[in-house]
Amino acid sequence: MKIERTGMAGSLESSDVLVTIDPNVGRGVEVVLKSIAESRFGKQIRLLIEETLSELEVVEARVQVEDRSALDCTIKARLVTAIHRAAKMSHPDWEHLS
Amino acid sequence: MKTLRRTMLYVPGNRAAMVKDAHIYRPDTLMFDLEDGVPYPEKDSARMLVYYALRTIEYGDVETAVRINGLDTPYGRDDIEAIVRAKPDLIRIPKTDSADSVREVEQIIEEVERKIGLAVGTIKLFAAIETPLGVMNAPEIARASARLVGIALGAEDLVTNLGTTRSEDGIELLYARSRILFAARAAGIHAIDTVYSDVCNDEGFIAETRLIKQLGFDGKSVVQPHQIDMAHKIFTPTVEEVRNAERTLTALHAAEERGSGVIALDGKMIDKPMVTRARRILELALASGVEANKELL
Repeated sequence: MKIERTGMAGSLESSDVLVTIDPNVGRGVEVVLKSIAESRFGKQIRLLIEETLSELEVVEARVQVEDRSALDCTIKARLVTAIHRAAKMSHPDWEHLS
Repeated sequence: MKTLRRTMLYVPGNRAAMVKDAHIYRPDTLMFDLEDGVPYPEKDSARMLVYYALRTIEYGDVETAVRINGLDTPYGRDDIEAIVRAKPDLIRIPKTDSADSVREVEQIIEEVERKIGLAVGTIKLFAAIETPLGVMNAPEIARASARLVGIALGAEDLVTNLGTTRSEDGIELLYARSRILFAARAAGIHAIDTVYSDVCNDEGFIAETRLIKQLGFDGKSVVQPHQIDMAHKIFTPTVEEVRNAERTLTALHAAEERGSGVIALDGKMIDKPMVTRARRILELALASGVEANKELL
């Protein structure tokens, strides 16, 4: 999926996460993570972000994630929404979402 | 065991903390809202959040429902495509005006169930009736689909359409409540009352919940977790009611053992409706976790 513009999803409320995705032409995938649980779960969150980007075939993007102790399913939901918004895709391909 | 729907708690689908935690308040049904409780720019993110939450979070024995957007909006079809894949117990249809509007939703649900290899009929339906036309068509709506397990009154839109407002005693809703209740009972499904939106007025909530229980409703939609316990107390049979029901059913069994068609208790005849009511009280007690003799059922 091609990132065509800035896409944001989520919030900075407790148990949520704010995801911002920008185009990153020619520079691959770059992830910037801020989490109050980074020392304990940073590795796991990064892995989840990378897996989700790969699943949606996003190969060039700058991803900023500000985590407020969100569950993995919340991080995934916000990331997928931000990707769809950034890719100007208004109807997700439900058959290929995990 | 009897399915309890004493409370259906609205959970805005875009609020991550509530989607994660709302089941700890123990409503009988959690109703994730994708419709009026979600602002338009967040429809896609709410749908995605509820989709992943339902596929991941273990809500235990709390029933899960999702209120989708209507098919007359740009969101309704995507809601069904997503939510059927997330497999909640129920999908709640908003602003149901006719039996056809239930069947249209059912048809798309069935398409998705077939696509993903889910047994057709797995996802049950609830229809909210919120317009004068919906109230007039309530009997047909209640019988529109074998998936339909209940109908619910949505009063805010209804009173606006009627040209009135909600009052403390709810007189303006008497006809709609009665018609919806009769339609549900005739179809053998649940009837759920509307929300009480003055959330700081517990006395008003209790009075309205007592009223709708007396009318015959199975439960109430609620918007605040603190309303759950108040509603459950009203809908749960008292110890005295349970003991009386047990005595009635004990007398029934004794008469059956004697081969007698005449049932008497304390010198009074017990008729069939009294037995039916006693069974309902026992079922409700057992489902609510109140001690009762289930051997009598």
